[in-house]
Amino acid sequence: MATSSERSPPPFPDSEDQELLESEEVGAPDSDDDDEGEDLFINPEQLTKMDTTLPEIDQPSAISAEPPSEAMGDPLVEPVSHTEDKPASEAVSESLDDFVDLTNNETDAPGDAITAEIAITDATKETTEIALDEPSDDFVDLLGNETEVAREEVVTEDVTVEAVPDSSEAVGSITDPPSDDRTGSDAEQEVKEASSCPIIDTSIDSSASNTQQPPVSEKIADPLVDLISDAPPADVKKPSQPLTDLFEDEPSDLFREPQLTKSAKQPQKSLFDEPDEDIFGEPLGATSKKTLNVAGVEQKEKNVTTKSGGSDVSGIGGPLNDNFHPEPTDIFTEEAVTTVPSVVSTSSVTSKTNGVHSEEEADIFAEATVELSLDSPRNDRKKNVMTKPAASAPSLSVAASLSKPQSATLEELEEEEQEDKFDINISITNPEKIGDGMNAYMAYKVSTQTTLPMFRSKAFTVRRRFSDFLGLYEKLSEKHGPNGYIVPPPPEKSILGMTKVKVGKEDPSSAEFVERRRAALERYLQRVVCHPSLLQDPDVREFLERDELPRAVNTQALSGAGFLKMINKATDAVSKMTIKMNESDVWFEEKLQEVESADQQFRKIHGLVDSLVGHRKELSLNTAGFAKSVAMLGSSEDNTALSRALSQLAEVEDKMEQLHQEQASNDSFCFAELLADYIRLLGAVRGSFDQRMKAWQRWQDAQSMLQKKRETEAKLLWANKPDKLQLAKDEITEWEAKVTQYERDFDRVSATVRKEVLRFEKEKARDFKKQIIKYLESMLQSQQQLIKYWEAFLPEAKAIA
Amino acid sequence: MMGYLSVSLQPRAVNVDLQTDATLQVDISDALSERDKVKFTVHTKSTLPNFKQSEFSVVRQHEEFIWLHDSFVENEDYAGYIIPPAPPRPDFDASREKLQKLGEGEGSMTKEEFTKMKQELEAEYLAIFKKTVAMHEVFLCRVAAHPVLRKDLNFHVFLEYNQDLSVRGKNKKEKLEDFFKNVVKSADGVLVAGVKDVDDFFEHEKTFLLEYHNRVKDASAKSDRMIRSHKSTHTTALLRILLHHYAYYCTTTAPLRILLFFLKVSELFEKTRKIEARVAADEDLKLADLLKYYLRESQAAKDLLYRRGRALVDYENANKALDKARAKNRDVLQAETSQQLCCHKFEKISESAKQELIDFKTRRVAAFRKNLVELAELELKHAKGNLQLLQSCLSVLKGDT
Repeated sequence: MATSSERSPPPFPDSEDQELLESEEVGAPDSDDDDEGEDLFINPEQLTKMDTTLPEIDQPSAISAEPPSEAMGDPLVEPVSHTEDKPASEAVSESLDDFVDLTNNETDAPGDAITAEIAITDATKETTEIALDEPSDDFVDLLGNETEVAREEVVTEDVTVEAVPDSSEAVGSITDPPSDDRTGSDAEQEVKEASSCPIIDTSIDSSASNTQQPPVSEKIADPLVDLISDAPPADVKKPSQPLTDLFEDEPSDLFREPQLTKSAKQPQKSLFDEPDEDIFGEPLGATSKKTLNVAGVEQKEKNVTTKSGGSDVSGIGGPLNDNFHPEPTDIFTEEAVTTVPSVVSTSSVTSKTNGVHSEEEADIFAEATVELSLDSPRNDRKKNVMTKPAASAPSLSVAASLSKPQSATLEELEEEEQEDKFDINISITNPEKIGDGMNAYMAYKVSTQTTLPMFRSKAFTVRRRFSDFLGLYEKLSEKHGPNGYIVPPPPEKSILGMTKVKVGKEDPSSAEFVERRRAALERYLQRVVCHPSLLQDPDVREFLERDELPRAVNTQALSGAGFLKMINKATDAVSKMTIKMNESDVWFEEKLQEVESADQQFRKIHGLVDSLVGHRKELSLNTAGFAKSVAMLGSSEDNTALSRALSQLAEVEDKMEQLHQEQASNDSFCFAELLADYIRLLGAVRGSFDQRMKAWQRWQDAQSMLQKKRETEAKLLWANKPDKLQLAKDEITEWEAKVTQYERDFDRVSATVRKEVLRFEKEKARDFKKQIIKYLESMLQSQQQLIKYWEAFLPEAKAIA
Repeated sequence: MMGYLSVSLQPRAVNVDLQTDATLQVDISDALSERDKVKFTVHTKSTLPNFKQSEFSVVRQHEEFIWLHDSFVENEDYAGYIIPPAPPRPDFDASREKLQKLGEGEGSMTKEEFTKMKQELEAEYLAIFKKTVAMHEVFLCRVAAHPVLRKDLNFHVFLEYNQDLSVRGKNKKEKLEDFFKNVVKSADGVLVAGVKDVDDFFEHEKTFLLEYHNRVKDASAKSDRMIRSHKSTHTTALLRILLHHYAYYCTTTAPLRILLFFLKVSELFEKTRKIEARVAADEDLKLADLLKYYLRESQAAKDLLYRRGRALVDYENANKALDKARAKNRDVLQAETSQQLCCHKFEKISESAKQELIDFKTRRVAAFRKNLVELAELELKHAKGNLQLLQSCLSVLKGDT
């Protein structure tokens, strides 16, 4: 995700919008339901509710009918008309066919559609027993729209289909197709986005949710389907299965299309600056758009009545239209289609606001981001006119995609353990001293084994020196630190240890130092590549892949740059002291405290482990001494059997000494090193909290500045100086923009920190567990050895006569 | 806080192999620790006629044991025997000190930790106490089993007289005298040791004991150090680490899974720690105490050899004096009697010393065998217990990943 922020992936408004929407409708009776399907179902309800302000009962039926028909219909349509383009779609099995019929009906004959609409209305009437014209109308309109622009629709529908399946497909598949069409950078973006873990899950979920929709709406849908397409009800009833298959089967090719639909959406979003507040309006806008396009004026009015300003919607519409100017119809249809995914996402999103947490929310968010990211490049490619939205998109998208999905993934992170496991394995071997004297340095062999498509080959090896590792960290922390990421810190420079190595006496302590450092570097790199966002960083890839790396500078502990850094740190510390943040989020407050107490604990424990290691070393020393003196005693003993037994005992003690020594190194490697790592990592965690605070401070500063500007404006107004007034007004708008920007930044950083801290905690628990098990295993082994030794000794002791 | 401590003692592992004799059985049936002194209840069962009753108990203190020992050492009649080494002074200072420290640090640790530490220290104290009692008992048993010493009057008084023996500790003057005596003795010892022995057996025993004593001394010191560091090393620290971690997790909203994991691990460490503590205690009992005992015993044997060497030197000097007297024809009779006395003394010592040294050797071998076998068995038992614990714990931990 980190990269996304830089590369400015397209905005992903849907999720947020919908979430907000949802939040409004928490009151809805069914909203508590966990089931996605139901949520979906409800969502549409709610959506329609908002739109139409009709009695609840009516809307559900109408809307519920709507999403399924769209969701199903779209994919179905696609195969029919687009099969030539997308062979993958052909793969879609029989289940599709049924739907195809349906879609065929829709697309082929508008007249049919109309009948369908009537049927639908009938159906709704039947189910709800309260026949209201409006919902049905909408629906009909929608259908009608689709049918009217059948040609375009097909395209758009393809898109939707893709959007759904995209999720399930592996990153690689996604990357390939887009790269063909788009410029490299775009492709990269996509890859980045796509590769971020949540997406994968998400997509599946989303598809699932889509599929689930039908069953929920079954009652309503059934009649619908029957009426419209004659599709066997069985299919409809069991749509979840075939549908999912379908979606999962869908190749990534299809995937590309969603951009189209999204592109329509994107501009809207980009127009909205503030995800949080405006977003609320956005969903409405989105829905309203759909309704606008589909249903027409009435819907718009409804929108106006609901919170989101109708003006917004219209405003959005305007630019959109402009942008899409060449193919206006297309846009409309696209939008209509887009609504489908949006609805889907909303439904799943809603669950969160309802307080019913489920993984899907997060998934959906992610999905949304993916789609969007894909969209923007797509737009560029397809319609050059789109430049404006594309440009504006990045900033928004960064905020949106980063902040929301992450917050959503919060709980998900706790639930899903292996979610961010990548198929990448890094090992560092062969520390080698290069050069002589004080210019000598250690080079390590960094071997990577991976099946990730982002790397050129499956296995590769590079040589890196210690300062390269530090350089990597510098780059990463510069890039990702301010965004609230916890960048794993590398082991510290050790002048003493390195000098020893440099001086080059082959003594055990320097060998131990090198081994220690090697292990620490290995763990460091593994932590980096295990981080879903850091792995995406080009610098990381370069570090792992490129043969020659530009020499890292400024890593010298005592260099001028280092000095500057120290000053910076000092000022940071001072500002940290002066900033008094009134924490609004209890979670952060608690976590910060936890982190601080954890830091203390770890330091204490580290001290204990150190003393334990010391004790053990002493023990092994004493054991060795004892073994020697027992051997001496044995040699002076004049009873031969006893003398023999004593020398045997001496041997046993000697071996015990070895065991103790091993145990000591085990202690220090298993625990002391791990603890040292975590003490450093906790520092990084704190750093991310600091970054969050800084973002907050910036926001506050901007706010107070805005306040000042406003005051000056008021003064100017009072003084009646129109020439300066304009300037002041400009400044105000400028600062307003800044405030919103900073606030968004803050939200984004907060969300990232949250996610990162949770991730960190999970990693920590896992690491410790792993280490403890490893440690216990080593203890087990040493006990086994011990048993062996004593068993060998026992007969000797018994032989004393 | 442990001013009064009463222990009922079961048969203990002793470092000497004694033939049990129904005619005189001595044991310490009870012991009471009072502030800085320990009161031993010495229980005697005897069929010997010089005791008024067949079974009786008296309360004795460490000083009285020392008095008894000293009386043996000073008795010329026992010069030819290895006097059973006196039991070491009860030393609870270290343990007391630790307890005091614990009391001072009470505020700085959790209640749980405190009670645990206190229990540990009390257990340690108890172990020392029991060991002290055992050593005193061994001394009495050795005396009771000795064919000559058991008939000693002082010993009988010690066993029977149910009042305080009012033995006072040596005062400063006596201590100073003792010190000088020791200096003289060790200087003399060097002198005597330099004298070539006519008897190969004694010559051999002398060199052996000299070397043996030094090595036992070394080994004993080393084993002490080893066991001490073993005791301080064993997983206490790890346990504390785990508990820290556990406590830390308790304060956070960590998933239950993790909590359980740490609970389990700390439980395991607690158990292995106990086992390791027992290993250390057993090593202490079987190895360090054995070595310590034979350090003292070999010292006693060395003393015996010294006495014999002294007697030999005296005998040679008497011979020379007799020759001189004969040459000068003066005080011949006196010289002759003294020469005869010395000769008699030397021969008597040599005779009994030979037997004593052979006994000492068999005793030693038997004791080493017994202790080493027991040590190996205990080590095996503990290691196996540990292994089992680790295995079961690991399987559980791996199972619920």
